[in-house]
Amino acid sequence: MSGPVPLLYTRGVETYYGNIIALRGVDIAVFEGEIVTLIGANGAGKSTLMMTICGNPQARTGQIVFDGEDITHLPTHDIMSRSIAQSPEGRRIFPRMTVMENLQMGAMISKNGTFEEDLNRVFDLFPRLKERQHQRGGTLSGGEQQMLAIARALMSRPRLLLLDEPSLGLAPMVVKQIFQVIHELNRSEGLTVFLVEQNAFHALRLAHRGYVMVNGKITMTGTGAELLARPEVRAAYLEGGRQEAAQ
Amino acid sequence: MEYFVQQLINGVTLGSIYGLIAIGYTMVYGIIGMINFAHGDIFMVGAFIALTVFLIMLAIGVTALPLILLIVLIVAMLFTSVWGWAVERIAYRPLRGSFRLAPLITAIGMSIALQNFVQLTQGARVKPLPPQIQGGVTLMQGDAETGAIVVQLSYMQIIIIVTTVVLMTAFSLLIAKTELGRAQRACEQDPKMASLLGVNVDRTISLTFVMGAALAAVAGVMFLLYYGVIDFYIGFLAGVKAFTAAVLGGIGSLPGAMLGGLAIGLIETFWSGYFSVEYKDVAAFSILAITLIFLPSGLLGKPEVEKV
Repeated sequence: MSGPVPLLYTRGVETYYGNIIALRGVDIAVFEGEIVTLIGANGAGKSTLMMTICGNPQARTGQIVFDGEDITHLPTHDIMSRSIAQSPEGRRIFPRMTVMENLQMGAMISKNGTFEEDLNRVFDLFPRLKERQHQRGGTLSGGEQQMLAIARALMSRPRLLLLDEPSLGLAPMVVKQIFQVIHELNRSEGLTVFLVEQNAFHALRLAHRGYVMVNGKITMTGTGAELLARPEVRAAYLEGGRQEAAQ
Repeated sequence: MEYFVQQLINGVTLGSIYGLIAIGYTMVYGIIGMINFAHGDIFMVGAFIALTVFLIMLAIGVTALPLILLIVLIVAMLFTSVWGWAVERIAYRPLRGSFRLAPLITAIGMSIALQNFVQLTQGARVKPLPPQIQGGVTLMQGDAETGAIVVQLSYMQIIIIVTTVVLMTAFSLLIAKTELGRAQRACEQDPKMASLLGVNVDRTISLTFVMGAALAAVAGVMFLLYYGVIDFYIGFLAGVKAFTAAVLGGIGSLPGAMLGGLAIGLIETFWSGYFSVEYKDVAAFSILAITLIFLPSGLLGKPEVEKV
């Protein structure tokens, strides 16, 4: 590969759950400063790829390289202390910890004493969290939990942010707000984002590039606009209502 | 009245010891959802280590009692922690991700192994320790005419209660305020997410065992000083009682373990004081059964259902 080296790339990654194959040789690349999205139907293996990058489960074959270092066989907590952060599927807020404690957990690996600064930054992005900082995570609404999950991931100042289905089960207004924040972070700070989404329309409009996954394989790739224009993508992932909105 | 106050003091003392052991059960259950049946025997090992250190100190002629106590406490906590750590490493960690009953079975195995190890190396007879701390404060004078008794708060009881209160306060703060405590709670609520935030889950679990063992060691020291005799079998009954205390208070809850310990200690003492000594265990376990029927998650336990 000539040109710049990707911040993250995978080569021929295969992941199994027991004897069942979930990823069949996945190659993706994410360059510094990009928003890259991975779209696909339910069960295609999108979240499995996300978790495989984080080492849980580990890839059985293939290679995952972050920032020039092979991280394929590192334990999860080692991978996550290398400037990668994930806001996982289902948000996974610690329900019996306060919003503040959840954020402190996010800052666990950042040892450079910038906690106050990082805290103000995420409170600026999501003012709602500031109001709720003493409330327990489990009492937040779905949208607030999603904001908290992203804020928690940002607390460690990651170079690469992995976002797994941030729009799942949220009201359109909230989805719009969250995508706006992602766009803003990328534009103003150059944050690299790898976004897994079922909401293909929003994701492809936001992303610089996209991949389409079917049955554990990458079947298509291109810029967000290119993929949005492909008839197969429109047919498979964009329902009528959203198509009209795209016009 | 005097009799009641005296029993109350005795009950709180005994409850403190149970509470210290119960914390080990409840923390381990909280973080990996298993009952560490070897924990009572860790307490017993702690008592034996304490006895050994005591005898060494007396043999080399150290006489300053506070110094002896301090050294005994520290050494017992250190060495017992190593035992607690080793038990987790050998018997539980290799089985993580296995079916739920597997570590329960190895826990029982570990309990038997520890008992037999101590029996073989230390002998099966009871080991006495000459009384170290004598005297106390008289709270209420007995009155010969009414037949009232003298209420005494012995120095030993003061030491036990104060040590327990100090340790439990320090411990609660550790869990509530420090980074380590947060990591432990995170592992308890969602280990997968904790690892995604860079927490080394295995190490956090090990530390939980170490902390539980250290508190059990303190309980061992107190037990040794209070009763003056120990044998290889003390871990069984004390362990079961402390486990009862943890369940009574609500397993997984730290304040619950302390409260449960206190409750079991008081129930046992008052039952022996007013009814019969023989049936004190029956009383303690009956209370457990009744609690579980009407309050299945214990006094301070969290209900199973939770909106996430």
